[in-house]
Amino acid sequence: MAQQERIDWWAAAASRPRVVAQRRTAEPAPPEERAGREVYRSVQESDAFQEIRSGYRSFVFPASAGFLAWYLLFVAAQAFAPELMRQQVAGPLNLAWLLGLGQFASTFLLTWLYARNARTKRDRAALELRWDTQDQLR
Amino acid sequence: MTPHPSHGLAIALFAVVVAVTLTITVWVGRRGHAAEDFYAGGRDFSPLQNGFALSGDYLSAASFLGVTGLIALYGYDGVLYSIGFLVAWLVVLMLVSELVRNAGRYTLADVLALRMRQRPVRAAAGLASMVVTLMYLIAQMVGAGSLVALLLGTDSGAAKGWTIVAVGGLMIVYVTVGGMRATTWIQIVKAFLLVAGSLLLTGLVLARFHGDLGALMHAAAQHSGVGDAYLQPGLKYGASTTSRLDFVSLGLALVLGTAGLPHILSRFYTVPTARAARRSTMWAIGLIGCFYLMAIVLGLGAGAVVGAKAVKAANPAGNTAVPLLALDLGGGAGSTWGLLLFAVISAIAFATILAVVAGLTLASSAAFAHDLYARAWRRTEERQVSEREEVIAARISAVVIGGLAVVLSLFAQKLNVAFLVGLAFAVAASANLPTLLYSLFWKRFTTRGAVWSVYGGLVPAVLLVLFSPVVSGAKTSVLPGVDFHWFPLENPGLVSIPLGFLAGWLGTVLDRETADEDGFAELEVRALTGAGAA
Repeated sequence: MAQQERIDWWAAAASRPRVVAQRRTAEPAPPEERAGREVYRSVQESDAFQEIRSGYRSFVFPASAGFLAWYLLFVAAQAFAPELMRQQVAGPLNLAWLLGLGQFASTFLLTWLYARNARTKRDRAALELRWDTQDQLR
Repeated sequence: MTPHPSHGLAIALFAVVVAVTLTITVWVGRRGHAAEDFYAGGRDFSPLQNGFALSGDYLSAASFLGVTGLIALYGYDGVLYSIGFLVAWLVVLMLVSELVRNAGRYTLADVLALRMRQRPVRAAAGLASMVVTLMYLIAQMVGAGSLVALLLGTDSGAAKGWTIVAVGGLMIVYVTVGGMRATTWIQIVKAFLLVAGSLLLTGLVLARFHGDLGALMHAAAQHSGVGDAYLQPGLKYGASTTSRLDFVSLGLALVLGTAGLPHILSRFYTVPTARAARRSTMWAIGLIGCFYLMAIVLGLGAGAVVGAKAVKAANPAGNTAVPLLALDLGGGAGSTWGLLLFAVISAIAFATILAVVAGLTLASSAAFAHDLYARAWRRTEERQVSEREEVIAARISAVVIGGLAVVLSLFAQKLNVAFLVGLAFAVAASANLPTLLYSLFWKRFTTRGAVWSVYGGLVPAVLLVLFSPVVSGAKTSVLPGVDFHWFPLENPGLVSIPLGFLAGWLGTVLDRETADEDGFAELEVRALTGAGAA
């Protein structure tokens, strides 16, 4: 993945030698649990799952960054540029009110967009993969 | 404070609320006694039902009475609360709800335990969840005490104390007898009442101003005593750089806190699938968004019709603005309709408080019994706790937590309610959110990272509050006589939330263990597809 090509602080941890993690208990996992974990690994590496995951992340990450930035900008503008926010725009509404109502509107809009994205892009594929995986686990 | 002549009617309606909720509890609580029934209500609620229940859990007295009161008193600066409380739901919708539904069973720590060593992460996350819910609980109960006492027309300390004890007793009954199923139904009924009551009042306000919102804003500004400044930012948080930073800190805590609130997260386990979790969140966003839009109208309406002066005279924090507005809209203190509307709105406020404390107690007892008692405190070689024993422990812990909340609330009566809620949000955002997001999305996140991230957010958040002007050094402090504060902000979020994220990253980088990649594979596949989900 692209992450590993440049120097990445998130990945810096991986470069040092480590002991292998012990999961839940000190003893090795029982055979049926180990088999289950192999199923999850193989599903995770499958194209079908990668597609679902990238469909999810490519919408959610930019959208989250976007609405958080827009919200924090709005909060910061009120705190540090109140003069700007006091400007009258339309009727009794000044810029602060207009942007505030804009926050309501953008929240409703993003909710709708996210739901549409999930419904059309990944719901069906995720359900198919769910039954598939559970068959393998059985 | 003006004594209200409608006590008889209000008390009768309060009794109806108590009777209805207790009937629901006994009726619904008979069905099913397994852990899945107690913690997750059998997982068979519909998205619409859970959407109402989510709104019911979220819209506490702080929203119905606190936010509207702040808008009535401070105009535009009060509106920020409603925006932060709403925008926060986008984090829940997009990053948390579906994944948590699929990856966990009953609590936040379940999600972490899927890929981490169970005991340390459950101990950390269970403790943080209990701290958050307890703070939230105290806020609600302190609010209940002063509010109910005020609405009933008595302002004596004894009346407040007995109200707190009664609310505590009721919430223990709801949770121990009814579990999640009864708690959910109580939330649904309460959310329905709250939305209906708000709709009615909003309609009356709009009718009073002939549907002209501009005239409403203008009238509210005129009656505020500060003129146009009422409609501009800075009335409450504009005096100094410190207060502006405090404003940003609060804004950050509000938007990031919701996704870390244990009683909200546990709601997603009451629906059968991730898709149902998403749809219930969408219902909740719709309901909560509409509620806050109405809250703005109600706050402005209280400012315009009742007047900021009268609102402040009845309660300095503005907590009784909405009941006063109802009284005036119905025709005033002497009229039958005014008294009726006042009593109805007060009863809805009371139902709101009862429902929220029940949800909080349940989440707290789940964190104790499921995470701490049954798992974090057991070595693997010890005898494991059976499901039956765990549910019994959860019921007992609900009694203990309820009792503890009552005692703490009796001592905390002087604390400001809105502040306590803001603090609970800040702790949730600092301790719970970073570890949850890292667990869901960061492949290399390790057990040490998870533990550091929880404590690295929890400890600074609590310490910074202890050394803030909230506790000492200011006129409004808890301990006004002494001064040991050195942290200037009232809300710790601006510092403690980044610290939580930083600690999680550092803990992972400095961990000698690598992440459990199989565990992450299981978490990812389960979270996104639902394969193997409970």
